[in-house]
Amino acid sequence: MISRTIKRLAATILVAATPLALAACAKGGSSASSDSAGGGTLTMWTHNAGNKNELASIQKIVTDFNGSQTKYKVDVQAFPQDSYNQSVVAAAAAKKLPCILDIDGPNVPNWAWAGYLAPLEGMDDTLSKFLPSTVGKYQDKIYSYGYYDVALTIVSRKSVLKKYGVRIPTIEQPWTAEEFDAALKKIRDSGDFDYPLDIATSFTGEWWPYAYSPMLQSFGGDLINRTDYKSAQGVLNGPEALNWATWFRSLVTEKYVPLKSGADPAKDFMNGKSAMLYNGTWTAVDTRKKFGDDVVFLPPADFGKGPKIGGGSWQWGISQNCSDAAGAMEYMKFAAQDKYVAGVAEATTNIPTTDAAAAQVKGYEPGGENDVFREFTKTFAVVRPETPGYPFIATEFTKTAQDILNGADPQKALDQAVKNIDANQESNNYFE
Amino acid sequence: MSSTTYKPPVTAQVAEKTLHKPKSAGRSPGTVALLMLLPAGVLMITFLIIPIGLTFVLAFTNARLISPEPAHFIGLDNFSRLFGNDTFWKSLRNTVIFAVVIVPFQSALALGLALLVNVKMRGVNFFRTVYFLPVVTSMVVVSMLWLFLYQPNGLINAVLAKFGIQGPDWLGNPSTALFAIIVMSAWQAVGFHMVIWLSGLQTIPGELYEAASLDGASPVQQFLHVTWPGLRQTFIFILITITIAAFSLFTQINIMTQGGPLDSTSTVVFQAVRTGFAQQQTGYAAAISLVFFVIVLAVSLLQRYLTREKEAGR
Repeated sequence: MISRTIKRLAATILVAATPLALAACAKGGSSASSDSAGGGTLTMWTHNAGNKNELASIQKIVTDFNGSQTKYKVDVQAFPQDSYNQSVVAAAAAKKLPCILDIDGPNVPNWAWAGYLAPLEGMDDTLSKFLPSTVGKYQDKIYSYGYYDVALTIVSRKSVLKKYGVRIPTIEQPWTAEEFDAALKKIRDSGDFDYPLDIATSFTGEWWPYAYSPMLQSFGGDLINRTDYKSAQGVLNGPEALNWATWFRSLVTEKYVPLKSGADPAKDFMNGKSAMLYNGTWTAVDTRKKFGDDVVFLPPADFGKGPKIGGGSWQWGISQNCSDAAGAMEYMKFAAQDKYVAGVAEATTNIPTTDAAAAQVKGYEPGGENDVFREFTKTFAVVRPETPGYPFIATEFTKTAQDILNGADPQKALDQAVKNIDANQESNNYFE
Repeated sequence: MSSTTYKPPVTAQVAEKTLHKPKSAGRSPGTVALLMLLPAGVLMITFLIIPIGLTFVLAFTNARLISPEPAHFIGLDNFSRLFGNDTFWKSLRNTVIFAVVIVPFQSALALGLALLVNVKMRGVNFFRTVYFLPVVTSMVVVSMLWLFLYQPNGLINAVLAKFGIQGPDWLGNPSTALFAIIVMSAWQAVGFHMVIWLSGLQTIPGELYEAASLDGASPVQQFLHVTWPGLRQTFIFILITITIAAFSLFTQINIMTQGGPLDSTSTVVFQAVRTGFAQQQTGYAAAISLVFFVIVLAVSLLQRYLTREKEAGR
């Protein structure tokens, strides 16, 4: 009796479950489809499902493109940023990549090497007007372009700097290392702030190499030797890098910066806990609202090789297993127009990549209040190393910088990072 | 006498069976058992057996998460690299410390709570619920909350300051970070083991306590000679489940410290996940997992052996 009931139950469950499983398979299989003989649907993936404004600005380009011709139809699928990279890697493994996709700048060489991305042909002229940090290159080929970049800056207040007699630095005359340290010391000794500077150590992930490797580069070190991208020996553990590490640790031991920042360092700055804030230009909107004209956005200090800031944000490319590469290329060319650069940059409040677009975005026109950010990017930006080994280098640098900040022996920590990075480059046959 | 009362039911059962047999369409109980095994079996094979098998193969290759090159066999390279890696030994040491501290700490705390909520009084269900609440809260949420509690100017240090104690930066100091994680993990999981202890306590017959008190046993003697022997099976279950949970320590680390500061909270599972996903070294991560598998297997076998030995002696 009982066994019969269970058997029936099992059968029912099986029958009920089968369509579900089939439906799941069917859904997975339909992501990148395109009719033969040119034309059809081009699937497009983007990471900005959580960013309403950016998604809307991309959607507008797609709508315009779909309306401008009848051959192709681009279909946008938005993903949340946290799971976007995993989705792309999984789709690549299953050979189900979409035709058009966006990529975080530093990942471009890795994905190009892995065969995810196809080079963008015939766009050299258009892209020569783009800021170099917004064009993704690998082995002399262009694989992606972005509409905007973000700059790093030291946010402070004129009134505060004036009170402590600190000179307001300019692009032509940034702070020297000594000036910067003297300013930090003076503000710390006054006791008016919890900390003179906040470098946002509570941020995780890509922030660490993005924000702190430019400091290393300003000292004269780097993440890897960029002549052949084979080894980090001498650049990440040489005397310049050691100077950076010693200085970086001294920020904490001298009580210039908190070892671990609060959850929202910009809020701490606006509440008067810190006198200066090292952050991306995304803080401009809120800090201006709070302090009005008093707020200033300063270039980072020059530690010997000039001020440096990170470059490269989200960019767009086409995948190698797109069945209609011509259509995808057509979209890429269409979408690179200045009005779309302006539209996306405005929606994200980031730095537009072309001069013509900058003229159209409020604040970024020459002499506008945000023009200085564009100047920072033009003058100081260093892209992260263009090697497929970069994602590994990023994790190693993050861990090493955290260990140094926490008091690890600088030389030993840097040597270990070099050893690991070199071993990884070598085990991949230097990505040749 | 026993035979006469015993026989009729047997024949009745047989009769019933033969009556029902034609209806079940010739399927043997074996087929039914297989069918019932199928859903669990498919899931186990897909998500457990195949990945474990793959680990054994991948650990000896240079497979990568993202690579245009096919993986090839590299012998024991991954293992020699692993055993020469300081972070691995630190992770292993942290994992062992975590397990060695939390197993007695958490099981004793759970037993204490179970004894407290085992009394018969009004409102005891309220306390049972309160102690159990952290268990039904997601570990991610609990970790985020304790992240705030442990901040240098967080709630815990504010309370300590009331007593004139200057609290440390719990998670930012290499000498307190692992301890802080242990306390928080025990707080989260203790309610679950309290319930297990409680169920064990309630299987001990009340007559035993009555007899003991008639014989003049003190509460301490009652606990040592009635309660504790009665909880033996529960104890073994709790020991094994806490140990396994302790070895797989990952979520708290990933959210609260990312293995830092200075590797003081890095664990073997955390290292494997970081190596396999953030650093894209699938083969190397498989080697870490394989070593971890061997360690957990050895500990489980040892525990089984020790607990079985005592059982035979009793």
